[in-house]
Amino acid sequence: MTAATLPADRRAEGAMTTLRRGLRMMPEFRRGLPATFALALVATAGRVVVPIAVQQVIDRGLDGPDGPDLELVTWLVAACALVVLLTAVAVYRMNVRLFRTTETALANLRVRAFRHVHDLSVLHQQGERRGSLVSRVTSDVDQLSVFMQWGGVLGLVSMGQLVVATVVMAVYSWQLTLLVLVSFVPLVFAVRWFARRLAQVYGVVRERVGDVLAAVAESVVGAPTVRAYGVRARTAARLDAAIDRHYRSQVDAQKVTAAVFVSGEFVAAVANAAVVVVGVLLGLAGDISAGTLVAFLFLVTLFVAPVQTASEVLNEAQNAIAGFRRVLDVIDTEPDVRDPAVATPDRVRELPAGPLGIRFEHVTFRYAHGARPSLDDVDLTIAPRTRVAVVGETGSGKTTFAKLVTRLMDPVGGRVLLGSDDGGLVPLAEVGFASLRARVVMVPQDGFLFDATVAENVRYGRPGMTDDEVVAAFGDLGLGAWLAGLPEGVATAVGQRGESLSAGERQLVAIARAYVADPDLLVLDEATSAVDPATEQRLTRALDTLTEGRTTLTIAHRLSTAERADEVLVVDAGRVVQRGTHAELVDAEGPYARLHASWRRSSAGEPEPVG
Amino acid sequence: MPTRRRDAVLRRGFRHIRRAVAEQPRMFALALLASTLYGGMTVASAWVIGEITSRVLLPAFDEGATTGAALTLAAVAILGVAVLKIVGILGRRLFAGVMSYRLQAEYRRRVTGQYLRLPLSWHQRHPTGQLLSNANSDVEAAWFFVAPLPFACGALVMIAITAVALVLTDPLLAVVGLVVFPLVFLANIVYSQVMSPRMQRAQQLRAEVSEIAHESFDAALVVKTLGREDTETERFGERADQLRDGLIAVGRVRGLFDPMMEALPSLGTLAVLLIGAGRVADGAVDAGELVAIAYLFTLLALPIRAIGWVLADLPRALAGFDRVTPVLEATGETPYGPDAATVTAAGAGVALRGAGFTFAGGTRPTLTDVTFDVPAGRTVAVVGPTGSGKSTLAGLLVRLVDPADGTVLLDGIDLRRLREGEVSTQAAFVAQSAFLFDDTVRDNITLGGPYDDEQVEAALRVAAADEFVAALPEGLDTRVGERGASLSGGQRQRLALARAVVRRPRLLVLDDATSAVDPSVEARILDALRAGERPATVVVVAYRQATIALADEVVWLAEGRAVARGTHAELLEEVPGYAELVRAYSQAEVAA
Ligand SMILES: Nc1ncnc2c1ncn2[C@@H]1O[C@H](COP(=O)(O)OP(=O)(O)OP(=O)(O)O)[C@@H](O)[C@H]1O
Ligand SMILES: Nc1ncnc2c1ncn2[C@@H]1O[C@H](COP(=O)(O)OP(=O)(O)OP(=O)(O)O)[C@@H](O)[C@H]1O
Ligand SMILES: [Mg+2]
Ligand SMILES: [Mg+2]
Repeated sequence: MTAATLPADRRAEGAMTTLRRGLRMMPEFRRGLPATFALALVATAGRVVVPIAVQQVIDRGLDGPDGPDLELVTWLVAACALVVLLTAVAVYRMNVRLFRTTETALANLRVRAFRHVHDLSVLHQQGERRGSLVSRVTSDVDQLSVFMQWGGVLGLVSMGQLVVATVVMAVYSWQLTLLVLVSFVPLVFAVRWFARRLAQVYGVVRERVGDVLAAVAESVVGAPTVRAYGVRARTAARLDAAIDRHYRSQVDAQKVTAAVFVSGEFVAAVANAAVVVVGVLLGLAGDISAGTLVAFLFLVTLFVAPVQTASEVLNEAQNAIAGFRRVLDVIDTEPDVRDPAVATPDRVRELPAGPLGIRFEHVTFRYAHGARPSLDDVDLTIAPRTRVAVVGETGSGKTTFAKLVTRLMDPVGGRVLLGSDDGGLVPLAEVGFASLRARVVMVPQDGFLFDATVAENVRYGRPGMTDDEVVAAFGDLGLGAWLAGLPEGVATAVGQRGESLSAGERQLVAIARAYVADPDLLVLDEATSAVDPATEQRLTRALDTLTEGRTTLTIAHRLSTAERADEVLVVDAGRVVQRGTHAELVDAEGPYARLHASWRRSSAGEPEPVG
Repeated sequence: MPTRRRDAVLRRGFRHIRRAVAEQPRMFALALLASTLYGGMTVASAWVIGEITSRVLLPAFDEGATTGAALTLAAVAILGVAVLKIVGILGRRLFAGVMSYRLQAEYRRRVTGQYLRLPLSWHQRHPTGQLLSNANSDVEAAWFFVAPLPFACGALVMIAITAVALVLTDPLLAVVGLVVFPLVFLANIVYSQVMSPRMQRAQQLRAEVSEIAHESFDAALVVKTLGREDTETERFGERADQLRDGLIAVGRVRGLFDPMMEALPSLGTLAVLLIGAGRVADGAVDAGELVAIAYLFTLLALPIRAIGWVLADLPRALAGFDRVTPVLEATGETPYGPDAATVTAAGAGVALRGAGFTFAGGTRPTLTDVTFDVPAGRTVAVVGPTGSGKSTLAGLLVRLVDPADGTVLLDGIDLRRLREGEVSTQAAFVAQSAFLFDDTVRDNITLGGPYDDEQVEAALRVAAADEFVAALPEGLDTRVGERGASLSGGQRQRLALARAVVRRPRLLVLDDATSAVDPSVEARILDALRAGERPATVVVVAYRQATIALADEVVWLAEGRAVARGTHAELLEEVPGYAELVRAYSQAEVAA
């Protein structure tokens, strides 16, 4: 596996820390908050007032000394109804505000996390499965909204309710109030323990969601392989296992949730019983009256209800925080390949104008700590305008080399510089990405096309191109006839991942896309491996002419590239073991002669001697 | 669906509830039982407090004395009821939770089962991101409402009890109080109508956001190399903003509905008090009864809200379910026949008879009337320019797709007549781009098949993958990462080859699967398979002359037609296009 992964899970991190960390990231959320809280307070007041008012109607209006006092009841009921309506309006306004602020904040959070995933280095991106990354900008964020819209405010309202109930209780009897508070003390400790436990179980749930998504994505993307090998049952079993693990984690979480809720209920009953017993004893001692005690029993229910709600909120909160953490962890991951324009804006540089040369200063790269280096102390200079072919066995480090030239990764030792004849060399690490990506373009080994038309995919290399320009670009590359042969020409849809084109056709589009980006240094990593030889020859010859005077770095197993190149680099086990022109190397002692002989034989149609 | 009648949403909602209950009757029954216990105990706790007040509390104050027994009894009664209530809560929460999660898991299994069953043509029409959200957020949305469902149903019991108590006490008051329920119902109909389209849109946008995220993360390397992070963020941000607006629109409605559900029972209580006071004055009811009724009414607030929760979630559930249904109902499953393949000692003979194929939505055929035979044990190379239909043809041979016209025969049997799994036990296919599972090297090669390490290692040796696998940190046990991300392109290809080799297939189909592999390795693979007592039949898509030279015969494919066939030498003579293609490199040298 790759060494780079997102930070070790922070399930140990306190909920409050996560919340603070998160809220800092969501200024939009805080901005609307005071007014929302004001409305929440009104709502709280309403929620507390109504039951008390009802109690008053009963106490004074109905149970009065001279029977029901109709006028008073009418007035009280009218007043109560008004409060109920006002409360409803306040809650409505509050909800709308909350929805607006939270959804705005969360949409921005989503986008930030999304952006950050793109800012991470390729290694980080590969360290996490795509399905899991997707869940971090989708369902993890969704989880958060549930809490922010219902839980958070409900929690605050409950707090308010608790305070009001406590005050009112204290007015009736401080002794009994104390008693109630004391009975709830164990709950406070229990809740702290539960909170940790909940954080844990919900953390597991969120992870399992990511696992399920990854498993689904794999079975969908790998559908042809699954079918060809008849491993449907096995894939289904793996999917089912992931789904089942997710299910079990949900049930585990549910168990803890139920325990939380129940413990509140139990403590409430204990408090009630204690109030009855102690209340009677206090009454006998003459400290309180029967009326007070009865009223107090009613107040205890007012105290208990918000405690229940609060435990519910705690639960939602931990669930949300588990998702929050996963989102924040993405955002907080320092990209190990950072754009200097962002990291050190004062020291950022641009690539000098003109064709670019490459300099590797004792560059070493390994994918994981302690792993064998994939590039080992490579020290070389490539002059601008050179057409370089990089050849070597599978796994020798060619792609690694290309990724270091284009700064998709940073070396673990040494440094890479790019520069022009008169502009001097600039360390790649100091070049702003805007300049770098505009001048240095790589066509990766598996070129990816977007689910759009051919034209739109090519435009991805140079936004703003017209369709005619796209057609012209294909013409330049000697692919005009091919393009014309597509059912709808440049407007042909390529399907997701470009799968409605053949593998070779996808590569043609990927090359066109890189070509229109007009780079000064073009890196082609097996970019024509699936294209038929005749088309490839046509294409590369056209490309040679078009990129005349620029630097190109071509990696290919088909050594026709090497034959044509100005210079050949032979990579073996992470080292550049030979370099020179084809003519020099082909007769020299070394791996190139062997590679080339084998290639010649194979393309000339002689069967390989088996050995 | 806009054409449905107005009450359709609610009706469909109730049908959806019935579906949930029908799928998980036992869990539902248990949860309902527990909810009823809870409901009963909630009423009982009020009753117990009332009883204690009148039997223990007030007498104690009146008489100025009480007994320890009475107080203990009071405490025990309170605690006892509480314990029963707790049992109710536990049962309700656990069973309802399990019910909801089981439904989710069950539907995820069904949905993903469909993904595995449905043909590749279906997959090509459905973006991965959408399939992800179908299996995840849509299923979740569909069954989310289930968690409070038993509670809500239990609440119905509480409401019934209250109704009876009300009617018994005073029919007039009952009418006043119970007006609340039709109101709740009415509010719900309006709510569902308004909410449904918004919910559908939100759920659709959710899927689109997930689609973009998935595609964009898939494209991460291209995005990076072309420096397109900003445009990607913009593209995602646009959709995320639409989702935001969609959710705010949902929130507006929900934000109104919830306080209404909260206010209605309170208003009902107040109405009961107002009218009740009059009735007390008239002497129709006594004050104590009214108090009891008012109290019952306040107790009803929670169950009504629980019903509200379920009803409020129904539009979302339907929106999710409506998105899942097409997947579950999709047909086009590959039909299998009853036959077993005839297993002989030799390789399998394959033949295409007038095979034609057109991709869904395609305007012209990709393959037209392709006919040729590959006799058992022979090797045939398929050569043709880019986009001529070679991969499509290879897919036909191993039945990744079925031809639209004509037939594909394996040992003379139409592939469609063979039992499920039969083709893949006879034939191995190595695709043009190697796909590896996020699994160990070993599992990627065996794919769960009965191959021991010796066989795996032998296969690795044949595919020239033994050296690099040995150098991996954990050898065969090294996990290769998603789609083999931690390997080089050629290494992935070699593992895919080893996967085919280890099966010792009777038919091997290589779709340009050796582009990054040394010709000598390729020759070794073909040799290993063709040697021995069971020489495999090989169909190889290739450009290299050396590979082609290994073939007994070559089929020249151009624009989807098998234009010519013969030996390499014959085709070189007779087909100019063929000569141009395979000799491109030698000619290049001449030209240079
Ligand atoms: N899913 C699809 N939908 C529509 N058209 C498709 C689809 N897949 C392939 N095609 C078209 O069918 C034709 C043949 O594709 P196929 O992949 O079989 O070509 P190929 O001969 O294997 O090419 P290559 O040498 O590039 O691999 C191409 O023109 C391609 O555009
Ligand atoms: N993401 C990764 N994590 C760990 N190891 C890796 C990773 N990518 C490549 N490697 C290893 O680094 C070495 C060099 O890989 P690289 O991709 O540079 O080879 P290559 O020369 O391009 O090979 P190919 O011709 O097969 O494409 C290989 O041994 C490979 O297994
Ligand atoms: Mg490579
Ligand atoms: Mg192909």
